[in-house]
Amino acid sequence: MAEKPRIGVFVCHCGLNIAGVIDVKKVAEEAKKIPGVVFSTTYVYMCSEPGQQLVIDSIKKYKLNGVVVANCSPTLHERTFRNAAARAGLNPYRVEIANIREQVAWPHEHEPEIATKKAIRIVKATVERVKNNMAYVPYEISVNKKALVIGGGIAGIQASLDIAEAGYEVYLVEKSPSIGGKMILLSETFPTLDCPQCIETPKMTDVSQNPRIHLMTYSEVESVSGYMGNFKVKVRRKARYVDVDNCLGCGACVEACPVKNIPSEVDRGLTNRRAIYISFDQAVPLVPVIDADHCIKLTYEKKVAEGKIKRRSKPGTVKICEKCQDACEPKVINFKDTDKIEEIEVGAIIVATGFDLMPMEKLPEYGGGKIPDVIDALAFERLLAPSGPTHGVPKRPSDGKIPKTVVFVSCAGSRDPAHGVAYCSRICCMYLAKQAMLYKHAVPDGMAYNFYIDIRSNGKGYEEFVQRVREQRDLIYLRGKVSKIFQRGDKVVVWGADTLTGQKIEIEADLVVLSNAMVPSEGAKELAQKLRIPQDEYGWFNGAHLKLRPLETVTAGIFIAGAAQFPKDITDTVSQASGAAAKVISMFAKPKLTKEPLIANVDTEICAGCGICKEQCAYGAITIDPKKKVSVVNEALCEGCGACAAVCPSGAMQLRNLNSKQVIRMVEVLTEDY
Amino acid sequence: MGVLKLTKEKFRKVDLINRISGQNVYDCYQCGRCTSGCPSADEMDIVPSQTMRFLQIGEVDKVVESNTPWVCLTCLICSVRCPKGIDIAAIMEALRLVKLRTNYDFIHPNKIPEEDLEELPPIALVAAFRKMTP
Amino acid sequence: MTIKIPYYPGCTLKTTAKNFEDTAKLVAGVFDYEFDELYRWNCCGAVYGLSEDNVMHKVAPVRNMLRVKEVGEKRMLVLCSMCFNTLKRANYYVRRNKDKLEVINAIMYLENTTYDGSVEVVHLLELLRDEIGFDRIKKAVKKPLRGITVAAYYGCLLLRPSEIAIDSVEQPTVMEDLVEALGGKVIDLNVKTECCGSYQTVKRKDIVADRTNFIIGEARKQGADMLITSCPLCHFNLDRRQKEAKKRHPDFKEMPILYFTQLMALAFGFEEDKLGFEPHYVDPRPLLKERGLL
Ligand code: SF4
Ligand code: SF4
Repeated sequence: MAEKPRIGVFVCHCGLNIAGVIDVKKVAEEAKKIPGVVFSTTYVYMCSEPGQQLVIDSIKKYKLNGVVVANCSPTLHERTFRNAAARAGLNPYRVEIANIREQVAWPHEHEPEIATKKAIRIVKATVERVKNNMAYVPYEISVNKKALVIGGGIAGIQASLDIAEAGYEVYLVEKSPSIGGKMILLSETFPTLDCPQCIETPKMTDVSQNPRIHLMTYSEVESVSGYMGNFKVKVRRKARYVDVDNCLGCGACVEACPVKNIPSEVDRGLTNRRAIYISFDQAVPLVPVIDADHCIKLTYEKKVAEGKIKRRSKPGTVKICEKCQDACEPKVINFKDTDKIEEIEVGAIIVATGFDLMPMEKLPEYGGGKIPDVIDALAFERLLAPSGPTHGVPKRPSDGKIPKTVVFVSCAGSRDPAHGVAYCSRICCMYLAKQAMLYKHAVPDGMAYNFYIDIRSNGKGYEEFVQRVREQRDLIYLRGKVSKIFQRGDKVVVWGADTLTGQKIEIEADLVVLSNAMVPSEGAKELAQKLRIPQDEYGWFNGAHLKLRPLETVTAGIFIAGAAQFPKDITDTVSQASGAAAKVISMFAKPKLTKEPLIANVDTEICAGCGICKEQCAYGAITIDPKKKVSVVNEALCEGCGACAAVCPSGAMQLRNLNSKQVIRMVEVLTEDY
Repeated sequence: MGVLKLTKEKFRKVDLINRISGQNVYDCYQCGRCTSGCPSADEMDIVPSQTMRFLQIGEVDKVVESNTPWVCLTCLICSVRCPKGIDIAAIMEALRLVKLRTNYDFIHPNKIPEEDLEELPPIALVAAFRKMTP
Repeated sequence: MTIKIPYYPGCTLKTTAKNFEDTAKLVAGVFDYEFDELYRWNCCGAVYGLSEDNVMHKVAPVRNMLRVKEVGEKRMLVLCSMCFNTLKRANYYVRRNKDKLEVINAIMYLENTTYDGSVEVVHLLELLRDEIGFDRIKKAVKKPLRGITVAAYYGCLLLRPSEIAIDSVEQPTVMEDLVEALGGKVIDLNVKTECCGSYQTVKRKDIVADRTNFIIGEARKQGADMLITSCPLCHFNLDRRQKEAKKRHPDFKEMPILYFTQLMALAFGFEEDKLGFEPHYVDPRPLLKERGLL
C-alpha cells in the first residue's frame, strides 16, 4: 500500500456469540488508537444487509483504503465483505477478517477479560497485515465445457443425465461391465417399494441413448492432471474382448462357454457365472465381457506368452476352446483385445464411486464368512429380487431350503468404535425393515426376528413404514446387539438380547442376514490420490464444508455425489447427484471462470531452483524451469495454501497478501506486551 | 418400587465405580451386547447391560447388592465385544471390591467341604479367594 | 543342541496338573527343548487384578519377571493358561504404565534388581507354532491320530483381552493346526472360546456343571470324541464336573478331556504309562484303545 493507510475496523457482535463474551465496544475503541486506523465501530450483525451497508458507506465516507472486519471465521464471510468492498469501489483484497468468534469468543467463553485482550491483539495484527495488502484482480480461466462422472451407480447416472440435459457433454466412467451400481441389485426400495427394474432401468436406458453421454464401462480413471476448467484425464479401457458397438447382446457366447463355476459378483457368490458373461439381464450396455483370469483360451495364451508352457501346434491351427467365438453370429469376439488408454479433456469432475459392504472376514464373532447361511444384506436383496437367482422366494445358500426362521442383525460392524467403525451406516434400519416385510410376503408362515439398537427412520414416510412393519404378526423386533453367531447342525444359532426386558436370547435360525457396515468402495483411496481430494479417516470423500459446501471438494472443479461422501439412501443420493450436476452446470454456464489471485509468487532474482517447494506442493502447481533454474508457479493450479512459502530456504517464494514481512509484523504485534 | 428420586449426591458413588474400574460407565450406549454374549446372564439378578444402566442413573447400591458381580465368570467376552471398548469385567470387579473393601467375605475358606479342598486345583482356590474375599 | 528355556510352572502344574507338565516336558524334549525351571518362582495370583486404583495384585506376577532377568534371559515359557494370562497381562500393563511400574519396583525394594518390562511371556502353543513349527511336529509323529475326532477348546485366557491373545480372538486355529499336524481329525468347535465357568467351580458347581454340559454337548453334536485344552482349570471343570453335569442333565454323555500335550505325547509314540491318564475323571484310555491308539 503505497498511499497513507486509512483503515476502518468493523467489530461484529454476532448477536451474543461474540458480544456475550468480548467487550466489543472496547475492541473498537482500542482499534481506533492504532496508527493508520481512521474509523472503527461495532454492529450487532455485520453480515446482515444493514451491516454490509455500514461497511460500504464508511468506505465511501472516510475514503478507506483498507478494511478489517472482526467477526467469525473467514471461511464464512470473507467473501461477503470483499464483495461489499468491491461495491464501494475498494479493491476486495484490501479486506481482511480478524476471527474473534471461533478463535476467541468460543474457546474463551468463561474468561471474558482474557478474551477481550486477545481479540484486541488479533485486530491489531490484522490491521498491520492490511497495511501491506496489495490490490489484485482475480484470474480468468477458460472452461472446457465437458464433464467427467466417475461411477455409474444411481448417483453417477443421475448427475450425467442432468448435465447432458443442460446441453453439455459427459463422459461416464464405470469400472464394472454395466452401469446400475448397487441399486440395480435391490429387490424393492423403501419406503414405497418400487423395484429398481421399474425406476432405475429407464434411467440406464436414457444414459445409453443420450448422444451427449459417452459411456465408458469396464473402464477406470488412470490419471488426472490439469485444473478447474481444464482437466486432462487418462481412462483405462479394460480389455473386454467383445466389440461393444457391434455386439447384438444375444448371449449365445455365454451359453457356449464351458467354464461355469465362477462366483457371480452381482449375485454376491450365491450363483455362478461363466468366463464370458453379461452381469445381469438389464445390463447397459448389454454386451458380454470375458473374464481373462478364468477364460480357458486367454489363460492359455497368457501362460504361453509368459513362457510357462509351450504351444504344441502352430498358432491358429488348433483351437483352444474358443467356443464363444464359434457361437457368435456377428463375430465380434476378439481374443487379441488389450487394455487401451483413452485421453479425454473435461472442465469438471463428479466423483460418484459409492460404497461397499464391510467384508464378512471383519466380523469373526458372526462367523467371519465361514457360515454359509450367514449372508450380508445385499445377498439377501438378491434372494428377494424377482430377477434374482431364486426369483424372489429366498432359498438359503447351504441346502437351497426356504428358510422358515430368519434373523436380521442391525449394526453389524457399524457404531462400533472399538472394532473400527464408529459411524452409523444410516440405511440399514430401513432396509432391514423392508427385507423383513418382503420376507414375510414371500414366506407367509416364516418367522422373522430383527435385532436392533436404535431405529433410525428419519426420512419422508420412513417412520410410518417401520411402524407398519413392526405391527406385523411373527415379525419380532428385539432391542439388543447380537454378540455371537455360530453353526449348530443345520441351524445357525444367534445370541442376542432384549435389553428392554433384560433377557439374553438365543434363536436357532435357518438364515441370518447381517447389515454389514457400509465402507468406501474399493479403490477410493487410489482415486483420491489421483484427484488430490481429501478423505476422512474412514476413506469417505470430504466436501469443502460439511454443511455449506457438501458437494464441492477443496480442489476447485471436482465435486462429489452419493454414498462416496458418506452412507446415504437413494433419495439423498439422487438429490445430491442433481445438486452436484447443478454445480457443474452453473460453472459451465459462465463464459469464463475466475480464480482467486492470492497465490504463491516466486521472486526469480532470489530463487536458486532448489525444488524443495515443488516437493511440498500438494497440488502439483510448481515446476522448475530447466533453463533458468527457477521455480515456476502454475497460477491455475495453485490453491494458495502456502506450503511452498513456508519451506523456501531463501524466501524467494511468497504468498500474496501474506508475505513473510506481513507475517513477522503480525507476530510482533501479537507478542507485544499489553 | 416407587418413584426413583434422583439427586446429585447419588451420582458420586458412580464416580467411585469409575475410579476403581478405570472405566466410564457413561461410555455405554446400551446396545446390550454384553448381555447377549454373557455366559452367566441367566444366573444374574441384573444382566450386564442393565447393570451398566443402573450405574448410569446412580443406582450403585442396587447393583452392589445384587448377585450379578458374584456370578460373573470374568470371562471377558463382554469386554472384548463391547462396541464402546468398555471393560465391563472391570466394572464387575469394582462392584465386588466395593463390598470386599468393607472386609466382606463372599466365600469362607472353612466352609468349603473337605473333599472339594482335596480335589480342587490350587488355581481355582486362589482365583476364587482373590475375587471373593478381601 | 539342546535349547534351554526359562520355565514358569505355577502351583497347579506341580499338583493336580502334574500330568500336563510331565507330558509337556516329554514333547518339548522331542525337539531338544529343555525346561529350565525358574529358581524361587512365586504364585502369580491366578487371576489378573482388574482394579485401576490398586497395583498390589500386579506385584506377584511382575516379581516373577525378575527371576528371568536374574538368570540373564529374555523370555519365560508358561503352560498354564491362567498363569499365562496373569503374567502377560501384568507385563503388558507395566510396559504401558511406567509410573505404575515404578510403584511396583518400589514395593519390591528388597529385590536385587528392578523390572523394566523387557521379559517376553511365551505360551507353549506359541513356541510350537512359531519356533518349532508344524512341519517339524508332523515329522516327529510316530503314531498318527487316526480314528478319533478332536475338539480344540481355548476358553478365555489364551485369547482375552485381545492385547495378550496368542491367536485370533474370535477364530483361533493354533490347536486345530496342531491336531492336524498330529494326523488327527479336528472339528471347528463352535463354542471354542466360551467360558467353562472358571473359579465359580469353588462355590457354584451348578454353574460350572451347566457350562460343561453345554460345551461338551456342542462338541458332541459336531462329532467330537474328545476335547483338548491348555488350562488346568478348564480341564478340571470340563473333566471333573461331568459328574455333576450328569446329575443335572440326564442325557449328558461323558467325554474325555486331554491336555494338548498328552495328545502330542501319544502321537509321538510315548508309552501309555508316560501319558498321565491316571488322574482323569473320565478315563480316555478305553476310547483310545477302542480306536487302536493304545
Ligand atoms: S456392550 Fe458395552 S455399550 Fe453395549 S450395553 Fe454393554 S457396556 Fe454398554
Ligand atoms: S466377564 Fe462376567 S459379565 Fe462379562 S461376559 Fe463374562 S461372565 Fe458375563
